[in-house]
Amino acid sequence: MHKLKSNNISRLIGFVVFGIFLLYLSNTIDELRVYQGATVAMYVVAISSIILLTGYSGQVSLGHGALLAVGGYGAALVRNNLHAPVWLSFAAAVLIAALCGALLGVTAARLSGPYLAGTTLALAVGLPSIANQFKFLGGEQGLIFDIGLPPASLGETFSQYKWFFWIAALTALIAMWWLQNLLRSRYGRIWRAVRTQSVAAELAGINVARAKILAFTVSAGLAGLAGALLSMTISTVSPGAFPLSLSFALATGAVLSGVTTLGGVMIGAVTLVAIPEIADALTQRFGASENVINSLPGLMVSGLLIVVVLFVPNGPVEQIRHRRKK
Amino acid sequence: MSLIIENLTVDHGAIRAINDVSFTVKKGELAALIGANGAGKTTLLRTLSGLNKPTHGKATWSATNLLHSKPEMLVRHGVSHVSEGKSVIPELTVEENLEIGALWRSNKKEMQQSKKTILDLFPRLGERLEQRADTLSGGERQMLALGRSLMSKPELLLLDEPSLGLAPLVVEQIFQSIRELTKSMGITILLVEQNAMGALKIADVGIVLNLGTIAVTGAAESLIADPAVRAAYLGY
Amino acid sequence: MIQLLNTLLIGITAGSIYSLMAIAMVLVWRSTRVVNFAQAGMALLSTYFGYEVIQLTHSYWIALPVAMLAGAVVASAIELIIMRLLLKHSSQGAIASIAPIIATLGLLGLIKSVIGYFWGNQDLSLESPLSNVGFTLGSDTLAISPLKLFIIIAVAFLVLTLSFIFQKTNLGLALRASAYSPEISRLAGIKVDLVRTIGWALAGAAGGAAGMLQTANGTGTLSPDSLEFSLLLAFGFIAAVIGGLDSLVGAVIGALVLGLVLAFVLTYIGGSLVFITAFVLLLVILLIRPGGIISQKAGRRA
Repeated sequence: MHKLKSNNISRLIGFVVFGIFLLYLSNTIDELRVYQGATVAMYVVAISSIILLTGYSGQVSLGHGALLAVGGYGAALVRNNLHAPVWLSFAAAVLIAALCGALLGVTAARLSGPYLAGTTLALAVGLPSIANQFKFLGGEQGLIFDIGLPPASLGETFSQYKWFFWIAALTALIAMWWLQNLLRSRYGRIWRAVRTQSVAAELAGINVARAKILAFTVSAGLAGLAGALLSMTISTVSPGAFPLSLSFALATGAVLSGVTTLGGVMIGAVTLVAIPEIADALTQRFGASENVINSLPGLMVSGLLIVVVLFVPNGPVEQIRHRRKK
Repeated sequence: MSLIIENLTVDHGAIRAINDVSFTVKKGELAALIGANGAGKTTLLRTLSGLNKPTHGKATWSATNLLHSKPEMLVRHGVSHVSEGKSVIPELTVEENLEIGALWRSNKKEMQQSKKTILDLFPRLGERLEQRADTLSGGERQMLALGRSLMSKPELLLLDEPSLGLAPLVVEQIFQSIRELTKSMGITILLVEQNAMGALKIADVGIVLNLGTIAVTGAAESLIADPAVRAAYLGY
Repeated sequence: MIQLLNTLLIGITAGSIYSLMAIAMVLVWRSTRVVNFAQAGMALLSTYFGYEVIQLTHSYWIALPVAMLAGAVVASAIELIIMRLLLKHSSQGAIASIAPIIATLGLLGLIKSVIGYFWGNQDLSLESPLSNVGFTLGSDTLAISPLKLFIIIAVAFLVLTLSFIFQKTNLGLALRASAYSPEISRLAGIKVDLVRTIGWALAGAAGGAAGMLQTANGTGTLSPDSLEFSLLLAFGFIAAVIGGLDSLVGAVIGALVLGLVLAFVLTYIGGSLVFITAFVLLLVILLIRPGGIISQKAGRRA
């Protein structure tokens, strides 16, 4: 027990140190990178939600973009209509998305493999049209989500982007620390058992269905949080912000990071942000038609997904660990 | 024209399932390969038909190399493998199950001829041509599996535990049919069986496999008479 | 009364197109145990080829079979290159069972990007060769138009041809045998890999037809992000699941059921609920009869 506690404390210190490092970083790098940093933080939370769902409890969701949308809309609605402070809107995002996740999870617990994949995909495909239909969701334009200016106490030169980054990074750090604790706890073990040996788990007295639903709920909550962060960075929430390609990107990020472990989540997140950059740089360098500019990022993401799934399906982190064991 | 196996070694990951096994089955012979569960008998057959990859060794049937070919090429070399357990396709009819054995030939006349021959051998199948294979009894399924393998006009038959799960009377019938195949059709047969006595009684040659290596080989009758074999495998 | 008739007609027409998509997905599922989400992407690509043919020949009638042929070729190529690679590399781990599915998803994105590269993201026009104006019956206009009539007949013809191939030919027997039991089929001498490629080719052709028909039946515009194709993807999958992924007949029935239900919702309730209805229908079927409408098994975990 004592060892466990000291492990926990040392990890907590690790997070805090990392947080301070990020703080320092945000003061030294330029605006654009800071903004991208906020996006990376958002992806970290989103990808981790998939790692929890797929890598731990073994359920696949190809439509997590829909859950991000739920979170984003939830946050915006609460903030705009109830004039809630930012942290409360984030909390609302988590709760509303988690609720949806629970509902989805009840259905999902009875499905597996391709059926689950297809159902969640159908959700992701259909979500934009659902959002378009309802007036209070702002239709195609969507809603505004404005988290306000950075507080005066941080000084005049503190930019909006830096504020985004601080909030996103802090949120991500807290969420990751909490998630890591959760995954290392009994729950994490139960989920792993459910994924790898569900029959044995059932026989050992684990309520497999309940564990799966719980996983979906927590995963959805995290996804909702990521959605709120996403909306924050673009200051709006609309159907167009959560296209099918977002769900694909998240799946790619998760596969890249190595679905079974939280350790590689930064890899996926950074790659997702880096790809449009790289695509941009390539098209600028070599000069390209409009067609190329538009399709290159998608091409890279999809191509990367296919290559990774074919050759490194468990992610580079797992691959290295595997090599080390040999 | 014989089945010649030389120094065959097959690994399943870290486990050596077959260890340096060599034996020969002469043309027209019925060889019974017996041994306890897990001795490697099924692995051996699966390696011969290309479903498993060998680690090293050779196996040839009348000068054709059996190893390293794709399983679907097997029938084209005159070899037919009836695998253990589910050897018929339950969702297809009896007639369709038979036909798939001759599809590779794509010669309609030959297919019809073969069908007739097999239905003469197994008249019960003729009564059930239109029925789905999953409505058949265990014994009938085994007949169907044998029938299908004969549709490709094989010269060598690899049979994996045909008596598995069948009632004693039915087992008798199946063994008799198998004996017929060698006696009247001249087909060489490598018969893998856990039912050691039944197999040795119809066989010419016996090979005893134990934990991946050959323990004894010899004429079937001498194996039946051998006290060590009797104690270990024949139960008395 | 007329409205009821029209609704039925709209539903049957839409359902027939979805059935082609559903058949394509079932063909691939049965031969490869993969749900191919890229199917709609392949259908899209085939339709673009059809578009090019129309530019050249000004004839939809030539473009349709060419699109089907293109679909067959594209599908075979994808099966040969990517699927075989995938099956060879199948490993353990969390991803293993869904790795092929994710790969097809990546493929979908890839195809869309490739289309965007070659043809751009703007709307292209691919119009129906037949009028979509309904016949008149007295003073009412029926929903049945020359185009819709053609679609129903064309799909019926394709479905019957496919059924014939499957049930009455040697190729069909080989396809079925390989899908049910690849190992036994191999030992019986069937070239299972080749047969699987042919299965994909047939699926690709069906998809190509679906794409061409869907575009003609819809707004007549073609673009990588077109709504029609997203619908084709989602509804094709839903129809296949409703009918039970394992059965071609089921795929057709499932698609018709879906088409009719959605048509009724569209006419009597309103367009906004169409997608939700499809989704709810999917959930209901999956919960009550996971094996599909016509299956006998109550519980199925795939």
